[in-house]
Amino acid sequence: MSKRKAPSGTSRPTTYREALREGLREALLQDERVFLMGEDVGRYGGCFGVSLGLLEEFGPDRIRDTPLSESGFVGAGIGAALGGMRPVVEIMTVNFSLLALDQILNNAATLLHMSGGQLSVPVVIRMTTGAGRQLGAQHSHSLEGWYAHIPGIRVLAPATVDDARHMLAAALADPDPVLIFEHGSLYNAEGALDEAVDAVDLDTAAVRRAGTDVSVITYGGSLPKAMAAAETLAGEGISAEVVDLRALRPLDDATVMASVGRTHRAVIVDEAWRSGSLAAEISSRITEQAFYELDAPVQRVCSAEVPIPYARQLEEAALPQPATIVDAVRRTVS
Amino acid sequence: MSSTTPQHEGKARSAARRSGRKKGPATAARGTPDRHPAPGHHLSLLRRMLAIRRFEERCVELYSGAKIRGFVHLYIGEEAVAVGVNQALREEDAVVSTYREHGHALARGVPADAVMAEMYGRATGCSRGRGGSMHLFDATHRFYGGNAIVAGGLPLAAGLALADRMRGSTRVTCCFFGDGAFAEGEFHETANLAALWRLPLLLVCENNLYAMGTSLAREHAQTNLAMRAASYGMPAWTVDGMDVLAVEAAALRAAESVRAGNGPHFLEAQTYRFRAHSMYDPDRYRAKSEIEEWKGRDPLKGLAELMRSEGQLDDRMMEELDMEVLAEIDQAVGRAEEAPLEPVADLLRFVTSETGSTA
Repeated sequence: MSKRKAPSGTSRPTTYREALREGLREALLQDERVFLMGEDVGRYGGCFGVSLGLLEEFGPDRIRDTPLSESGFVGAGIGAALGGMRPVVEIMTVNFSLLALDQILNNAATLLHMSGGQLSVPVVIRMTTGAGRQLGAQHSHSLEGWYAHIPGIRVLAPATVDDARHMLAAALADPDPVLIFEHGSLYNAEGALDEAVDAVDLDTAAVRRAGTDVSVITYGGSLPKAMAAAETLAGEGISAEVVDLRALRPLDDATVMASVGRTHRAVIVDEAWRSGSLAAEISSRITEQAFYELDAPVQRVCSAEVPIPYARQLEEAALPQPATIVDAVRRTVS
Repeated sequence: MSSTTPQHEGKARSAARRSGRKKGPATAARGTPDRHPAPGHHLSLLRRMLAIRRFEERCVELYSGAKIRGFVHLYIGEEAVAVGVNQALREEDAVVSTYREHGHALARGVPADAVMAEMYGRATGCSRGRGGSMHLFDATHRFYGGNAIVAGGLPLAAGLALADRMRGSTRVTCCFFGDGAFAEGEFHETANLAALWRLPLLLVCENNLYAMGTSLAREHAQTNLAMRAASYGMPAWTVDGMDVLAVEAAALRAAESVRAGNGPHFLEAQTYRFRAHSMYDPDRYRAKSEIEEWKGRDPLKGLAELMRSEGQLDDRMMEELDMEVLAEIDQAVGRAEEAPLEPVADLLRFVTSETGSTA
């Protein structure tokens, strides 16, 4: 797989949703073993519109609407992968994926090991995560950190249009199960798709903004918030480096530690709850690997420990926001 | 169609009466009235069932001797199902199984040496010591485990069948599971998906009357399993799981129909495990008389008696067969004893693939 190329300077505007669709379309065109399966991916066009138009182009065999039975169709995706196909399974939201957790954890993540290396499971499972759309507790949680706990699967969180466009191909080339978490608030996000980038690697985090005073480490839907916070901080003379993890498992410790080595301060932004979170894991790794680089305690900006509420002001208050990130950075640099 | 034309098979009916079951399912599989087995066919079936029986009896001894550990779920009493069903499967077909899978693995052709070595947790085990009794795998025999989550293998089996269907293959995926799986959503999700998409799936329910220690009647509002399966729009048959010839005939008929593109089929084999659920189970939930009654219908004894009555078997032949089988198991145990341990240095292997891309 080719590594991330340097930006060419030529780009075209697109949305996160369109970038995902382009990635899917390319995968379907390039490998006849690839098919998309999930709730409302066909006639409806995907509940977030990602697969709109693909049914007409590829037909119902490869753009396969499933019943509302997450365990059944995710398990079928795992079985189809065992059987030589390259299924892309879409689950509407991470909340619903809990109904398929048995299949993901007990089968997809474990079959290779339990079989002594005989059975690899090249399945890709995509799902929406995160809050910010006033959908209430059962459609708004960020549980990707739970999945990142599990050995045997790769967990990705594309935050940019480039990653949305190219992560799927890399995921499909992986012989093991890959989970892709798409933040619901990003689908309409517009970005400039770099024409020179034709592949991404799944092993490295990306420094999205260089800085010298503090490392803001984040991923997914929190990246735009972290970038906005960095902009505000720049106005105050604080230079924040923003690290986009991109892959939540395995974590790219090297990029994180290199950044902390430059800035000597770290703020982790994670939309999941603080207790037992991925943010806790990263904080712990920084303590283990870069303790003597630190000039201040590691700070965390996470969601309030509450089921995500519906009312706008409550939901906003529950989630990391640019202002809360700015506050955390100020605390750590003061 | 909701089910096939009802066909009543005398043996299964009388078996149901003897075992005090409620009224049998709507349909029952036909026996083998007009099959003329090749010479040695019955002997071959008997030998396979005996191999499973003796293998597991040895496992009990080895467990008591602390040579093998973990959960060990014995199949003793149910051998006719694995052996009969495997008669209907071809090399290219796939098998998905449960945690009570020694019989399925051996009947599928997974070498006894590799299974025994796995019980020992050795490097030569069929899962390189990572699986143990509950997670036997053999990719070359398309044996996909070894699933210790009740009903967990069902969606997987549907996926294997889906892969074949999408590629226009005539391969069959056979999924074994117990009566307990009927209480899990995954059975129903799989049945719906398989029937909806007409997947080449043979669902074989080994109804041994108990989900661990809970009897069917105490956990199911409706104990007629074939009727419930048929409600998904697939042919569903019940067969006497203590009669290997009946199982073979029903499985052949079902597998041929699956292979012909008629979608999933369901086969309920009414059977019984003579031993407890696992080595830890004190077996307090079953009456001794019930166990004894079922032991009277031992599938090995049943076939042996038939063969004797037809002049195909005598004491000397039976003894020779037993000696042969025991010698094979001795060899498997000997090889497992001598097999190398999987190095602890390799603990973290096989968490992710080592081959790079399989694309």
